[in-house]
Amino acid sequence: MREVLELLEKDARLTPKEIAEQTGMDEAEVANFVAAMEARGVIKRYKAIVDWDKFGDEAVYAIIEVSVSLDRGVGYDSIAERISKFPEVVNCMLVSGDHDLNLLIKGKTMKELAFFVAEKIAPLQQVQHTATHFMLRAYKTEGEIMFDREEDKRLVVHP
Amino acid sequence: MKIANKVKGLPPSGIRKFFDLASSIPDVISLGVGEPDFVTPWRVREASIYALERGYTTYTSNWGLLELRELISKYMFDATGVDYSPKNETLVTTGVSEGIDLAVRAIVDPGDEVLVVEPSYVSYRPCVIMAGGTPVSVSASVDNDFKVTREDLEAKITDRTTAVIMNYPNNPTGAIMPRKDLEEIADLAVERDLMIISDEVYEKMTYEGKHASIASFNGMRDNTIALNGFSKAFAMTGWRLGYACGNAEVIEAMMKVHQYTMLCAPITAQMAAIEALKNGQDDMRQMIDEYNRRRRVIVKGFNDLGLSCFEPKGAFYAFPSVKSTGLTDEQFSERLLYEKHVIAVPGSVFGESGVGHLRCSYATSMEQIKEALGRIADLLQEIQKEQAPKIRTKS
Ligand SMILES: Cc1ncc(COP(=O)(O)O)c(C=O)c1O
Repeated sequence: MREVLELLEKDARLTPKEIAEQTGMDEAEVANFVAAMEARGVIKRYKAIVDWDKFGDEAVYAIIEVSVSLDRGVGYDSIAERISKFPEVVNCMLVSGDHDLNLLIKGKTMKELAFFVAEKIAPLQQVQHTATHFMLRAYKTEGEIMFDREEDKRLVVHP
Repeated sequence: MKIANKVKGLPPSGIRKFFDLASSIPDVISLGVGEPDFVTPWRVREASIYALERGYTTYTSNWGLLELRELISKYMFDATGVDYSPKNETLVTTGVSEGIDLAVRAIVDPGDEVLVVEPSYVSYRPCVIMAGGTPVSVSASVDNDFKVTREDLEAKITDRTTAVIMNYPNNPTGAIMPRKDLEEIADLAVERDLMIISDEVYEKMTYEGKHASIASFNGMRDNTIALNGFSKAFAMTGWRLGYACGNAEVIEAMMKVHQYTMLCAPITAQMAAIEALKNGQDDMRQMIDEYNRRRRVIVKGFNDLGLSCFEPKGAFYAFPSVKSTGLTDEQFSERLLYEKHVIAVPGSVFGESGVGHLRCSYATSMEQIKEALGRIADLLQEIQKEQAPKIRTKS
């Protein structure tokens, strides 16, 4: 069953029939399992990994380190939820170390992102301090390496 | 110029020539490759690069690095349940290829006969001949799922027979030998005091239960030379690294030949292999899971096309029969190449019992396998059309 999820994680477009052929499972069994995983929210969504640079869009990304001071009754979860709801925020996680929340944010220009941090994140009551790191280049995104594939160098026949 | 008679007598590598033409065909899909389509896992490559940076560029002990032999010994114990001393029962070789050569040279005298279980990988017979021995073919039959039987071997044993070379999981058939089938072979080897040279290079690639090594049977530890390597399991063909395990006396004999002919296996590859054995299991598992998925697709594909294909339970080959087409395996594979640009190796290359079959390696991507199956379907249809009128005139 785990294998079905692993296959979909690599290629979300595989059909239940294809998965059944590859795993030796029954097609209906695969379809039911996938439906169940969707219903339970184990499979959240199917989406494409887009190289926007290649498409020609100049997306700008930044990592924001956020230091938080907790008030009585307000935990990390509620401040994180608040931040996560902004569409600019791609990733938001609680981390150990010298800051608390680590965000990946996305926008069209550096200026737009700078203003987003200045206007939406920094002023939050619990936020003590932010540090912004603009991304210059992505080398690996969601498990995808942005370098050319290593080509097949084998001879065409080997006994 | 003088060329030694022994060498002149070796079969030319004909299929190479035939298929060399194939490399010039642009959209060719090859099911003819007997090596993984994966590149060596990055952590393994990286370990070797790091070793080079630190100046590991020397010879090693003739036996191989002790740390590597210790890891191999542990790996073999986990894989087969047989305990080999890393000190003098484990020899690091330049691939299983060298292991085969050493094993045969260490035990064969001129005039000795060595049984070679077929269909088989192509290098056993030439190695026996080079060692002055006489290879004797033993056919394992498709009717017994290409498993060799005690009777098959007994029919060919003479008082000159010294050894048997067998290879399970098998290239080219994908057959495996489950424990219960190995038992009678082990009994025979003990009774007749035969050395079994067991090429277990596909040992990790079994898809139904764990590989059984003949060395693990009573009395067989000392009558087996177990050959294994990194080429297949860890996708390390180009590194040229393998190993031989067995009783100290025979491994020391092999080591003598090795030290004068090879000196030692390359240190860069040995350093890589240490990382592979220490931390490469997950990478290996992922590759094997992927082979298994492709195996299911290709076997079902052939059977659906009417090319009956026994279920291969090991290695990465399917061995469908093309007898139903009325063509020989060579004719079929030639038409497949020239008309459909798909390479598959004719089974007759691997011995008498391979006749009428095609060896199709599924060490190639799922898309390519599906595309190849589609092209084979096209060829089958065309063949059927050509033959239809003939059938009509008959009736
Ligand atoms: C059965 C068998 N033995 C040995 C070898 C050679 O292995 P190595 O790369 O370790 O020399 C191969 C390679 O195709 C093989 O199929």
